[in-house]
Amino acid sequence: MNIPYRPIALGVIALFFSAVVLGRTQAGGNHFYAPVADPVVKDECGSCHHAFAPSMLPASSWQRMMGDLKNHFGDDASVDAATAARITGYLTANAADAGGRQYSGKLLSGVALNNAPLRITELPKWVREHRKVPDWEWRHKDVRTKANCMACHVDAERGYYDE
Amino acid sequence: MNRTLTVTVAAGAIFATILAAPVCAGSREDLLVQYAAAAKSAGFSAARGQILHTQNSSGGKADTPACISCHGKDPRGAGRTLTGKSIDAVAVSVAPTRYTDPAKVEKWFRRNCNEVLGRECTPQEKGDWLTYVISQ
Repeated sequence: MNIPYRPIALGVIALFFSAVVLGRTQAGGNHFYAPVADPVVKDECGSCHHAFAPSMLPASSWQRMMGDLKNHFGDDASVDAATAARITGYLTANAADAGGRQYSGKLLSGVALNNAPLRITELPKWVREHRKVPDWEWRHKDVRTKANCMACHVDAERGYYDE
Repeated sequence: MNRTLTVTVAAGAIFATILAAPVCAGSREDLLVQYAAAAKSAGFSAARGQILHTQNSSGGKADTPACISCHGKDPRGAGRTLTGKSIDAVAVSVAPTRYTDPAKVEKWFRRNCNEVLGRECTPQEKGDWLTYVISQ
């Protein structure tokens, strides 16, 4: 039997390269964070602000945040116990140091997990990535707050946070 | 046999449609009945609801002095939260599925009244406000 080594080898190489490229795209150069897939989480978290990806904070942060929804960054965001349990379960399972590890990359570098940061915008990597954004842009009427990701990252709803 | 099945399915579908339609509108009416009972009210007023919706209050948070701070001046237009999220119009004519889930209505009354007024809304206020947005 005459095995066509050359085409097979070429095919394997092509596959390998697409895997590498696709892998990069998936990670988006560390700018892709899988968006919230659970409809309840998406609805409850996303009615007031962008439903932030669970992979943007460690599980300890989500736990701490869900433990004090009555005072959620100054607002009352409390939900009933069953809903809270479902949201906490989803967020911690997909957190930056759990199921969402593939997306979080270096987001947790310099972050003390026992310190459980609550603000994504205070993570060292977040600060570093946004250091060039001038003050007037944050105060722009279409931005107003650092929680308003979509104002600049038009594809944030789908998980892409490229420039 | 097949024909009987088809007829049964069709009849079921029609019956389900008839049942489903009033359930939606009905839950809004049910809420009003509940608020009326709790308020021991002589009735609700869309005009009072509109005043509640538009007037400034000093009891709540400084950045949300009124309902319209986020919901916008036009009840038929979309609103916007402080974090930039769009909010569906409050008017039932524009958002016909609104206020059909009593738990959701109560959840948002609790949160938003606390934000704007610094206290929970009374059943009378809830009934007035609901009457206002139903009329819009």
